[in-house]
Amino acid sequence: MSLDELWFAIIALVFAVYAALDGFDFGVGALYLFVARTDEERRLVMKAIGPVWKGNEVWLVSGGGLLFLAFPKAFSAAFSGFYLALNLVLWCLIMRGLAIGLRSHLENPLWRSLWDAIFAVTGFLLALVFGVALGNLVRGVPLGPDGYFFAAFWTTFLPDDSPGILDWFTVLMGLLSVAILMVHGANYLATKTDGPVNIRARRFAEIGQWVVLLLGIAATAALPFVQPALWESYVAHPFGTVLPLIAASVLLTAWYGRRSGRNFMVFVSWSLFILVGLLSLAWGLFPNLLIATGDPAHSLTILNSAASPYGLQIGLVWFTVGMTLVIAYTTWVYTSFAGKVEQLPLEEHY
Amino acid sequence: MDEAVIINSALFYDRLQFAVTATFHYLFPQLTMGLAALILYLKSRAYWFRDVHYDQAAHFWTKIFALSFAFGVVTGIPLEFQFGMNWAKFSRFAGGVIGQTLAMEGLFAFFLESTFLGILLYGRKMFTPFVLWLTTLMLFIGSWLSGYFIIATNAWMQHPVAYVVDPDGSVHVTSLWGLLTNPWIVWQYAHTMTAAVVTGSFVMAAVGAYYLLSGIHVEAAKTFLKTGVVAGAITTSLMLFPTGHHAALQVFEHQPIKGAAFEGHFHTEAGADLVLMGQPNMDTLTIDNPLVLPKMLSFIIHKHFGAEIKGLTDFPRDEWPDTMPLLYYTYHIMVGLGTIFIPVMATALVLLLRGRLFEARWMLWTLMLFAPFPYIATTAGWMTAELGRQPWLVYGLLQTAEGNSPLVGSGNVLFTLLGYLGLYLLIGLLFLFLFFETVSRGPSGVGASGTSSWKAGLHEEGTYVAR
Repeated sequence: MSLDELWFAIIALVFAVYAALDGFDFGVGALYLFVARTDEERRLVMKAIGPVWKGNEVWLVSGGGLLFLAFPKAFSAAFSGFYLALNLVLWCLIMRGLAIGLRSHLENPLWRSLWDAIFAVTGFLLALVFGVALGNLVRGVPLGPDGYFFAAFWTTFLPDDSPGILDWFTVLMGLLSVAILMVHGANYLATKTDGPVNIRARRFAEIGQWVVLLLGIAATAALPFVQPALWESYVAHPFGTVLPLIAASVLLTAWYGRRSGRNFMVFVSWSLFILVGLLSLAWGLFPNLLIATGDPAHSLTILNSAASPYGLQIGLVWFTVGMTLVIAYTTWVYTSFAGKVEQLPLEEHY
Repeated sequence: MDEAVIINSALFYDRLQFAVTATFHYLFPQLTMGLAALILYLKSRAYWFRDVHYDQAAHFWTKIFALSFAFGVVTGIPLEFQFGMNWAKFSRFAGGVIGQTLAMEGLFAFFLESTFLGILLYGRKMFTPFVLWLTTLMLFIGSWLSGYFIIATNAWMQHPVAYVVDPDGSVHVTSLWGLLTNPWIVWQYAHTMTAAVVTGSFVMAAVGAYYLLSGIHVEAAKTFLKTGVVAGAITTSLMLFPTGHHAALQVFEHQPIKGAAFEGHFHTEAGADLVLMGQPNMDTLTIDNPLVLPKMLSFIIHKHFGAEIKGLTDFPRDEWPDTMPLLYYTYHIMVGLGTIFIPVMATALVLLLRGRLFEARWMLWTLMLFAPFPYIATTAGWMTAELGRQPWLVYGLLQTAEGNSPLVGSGNVLFTLLGYLGLYLLIGLLFLFLFFETVSRGPSGVGASGTSSWKAGLHEEGTYVAR
């Protein structure tokens, strides 16, 4: 495995972990108004994600930083190309962060209702936009010969040579993402709460998993038409087929866990489903970072976008140290706050 | 000069948007970094000397810290994204170097901060006093480490080191150690972090002064004042010397045009005057209504009254900062305010040492009203550093006009700029509202409820703040 390949794997993994972790925060947000009806229930839900959401979000910032470090060309092309969508993401992340941080500051019911609504809407939008973004990466973007592009929000709604951010395929991916993350959020709440929130969350996940299956089949069926390179990549490196197989099998264990009432097993399986599902797509896209919809020679790959070997090498050294620390913190914080929220003597807000 | 900045161009809006978002963002981390140091002091004193007043003070300031931190985090994410979104050519050019420091900030500082912030906000009833003390230490380390990586990034843009230029024109790091020990970092970091403690000290002293003037929370107010005034007296002095002095020296050594521009020094002369006040006249290239200290500029920079200082007119005009008059003002505002802070804090310290501060209402009024000024000084300071770097984005290597995104048009940048202006106006008001709300709620009393022992106090206090 070359350095470029290793960094491709690291960045794919960091973004996939981000989706699996912050994904349940978005899902909880999108579900929030439905599963938590009273102020007490809503405070409970906020406490369930309170100690961990900020750490989850750092995976995104770190993923961006690592992409900047390892593949500056792809970073600059993607971030400037998705200018409008990313600003929307940022505004949602700002409001989401404030909603979680500020809702319990005041006793005023109007104040709390306002932040509750903002938390729900931003959670939904973020889940949607990240799914759409993934759809764009799979479909490809209109990269020019200089390695830049600019994607309008919409053009013809078709995944053709000059696509917008939104077309039928990326919207399908967005909806799939919303469904997956809402079930993910519900699974998380099922492990973290008792009582009415738990019951509503499990009922929601029960139905939601079939929506995911339906949308998932539709999206998977569309993949080879929208992006033939994905298919060719798997044919060229059939070993990777193990990834979608794992994704499918953890879907089964999630289903089994749900039937036998093992909330934790469901949550872990579903997290793995998100993680491995994303890695399956990354395997199919490899070695492309950004696929050009026009001339394939314009695609940004690990070969034409990587930073210098020294930078990648020294980056790997400190990344190993840093990631070890990150895993230690993350494990500590998740185990410290493990268990049902009702039974933890959590300070609600400072 | 001024004519070169074309209003309505994407470049103009790109610059304005970065200026707006970075300036607004930095209002928050300067308070969190400053308070992190002060809270660590309060908490250490509480923990190691079992002083319940200090624990109460630490608790109150942790609320403010958490508030400021929350706003700092949400306004910080757009900055990293903007490198790619608005400055794509710069990112492609410099990613091989500054990608290192920015990614390190994520892994080494942000994860540390967010983990321990979670513990701090939610775990006060779950962890031992030692872990809670450790949490304040870790938040101090995390936030100061974050500052370090940002300064390392900025220092490279001011004074590029440890790089090689590739055939395709982009730069790559040749030594991570060299990048992290860029000599530029030393004084810039010291100056910036000291300034953060100045902000923290003034805010802490101001809240103490407000309580004392209102006759409420008297015990807590005295602790705030003592801590704020002592820390403020030390750090305001350190701002001028050695940190500010050496930061200026390295500008004159490595960026002489910037130095001449911010001093308003147009013509090369031996025995250059130090301009205290006056308005740069860009047509005659002189200072209108000058108020100067004769020959002081030469003395400060070269320790010799007759030394020659190069003026702006010795350099080609297209290398002058295209922000010249504004740069001159931001620098003078920074230095002017920084110089006023010293006697304010020194007087308060003398009164404190003589035991008269708490009765000296005029001094308490002064301290209370001074709270906004450190923010203005730090903002002006960053503007001096960044406006003075123009027309370069990376000093001597890449011009700002060559760094922005080629395909993001002015209409799109103005769209998001307006969005940020609206959003930030809203959340700025929100912060002020919540800040004053927290201050007016006050450090509700551990002392009042009466605690039999230190340990009992620590566990009990969780209950009275629960809402």
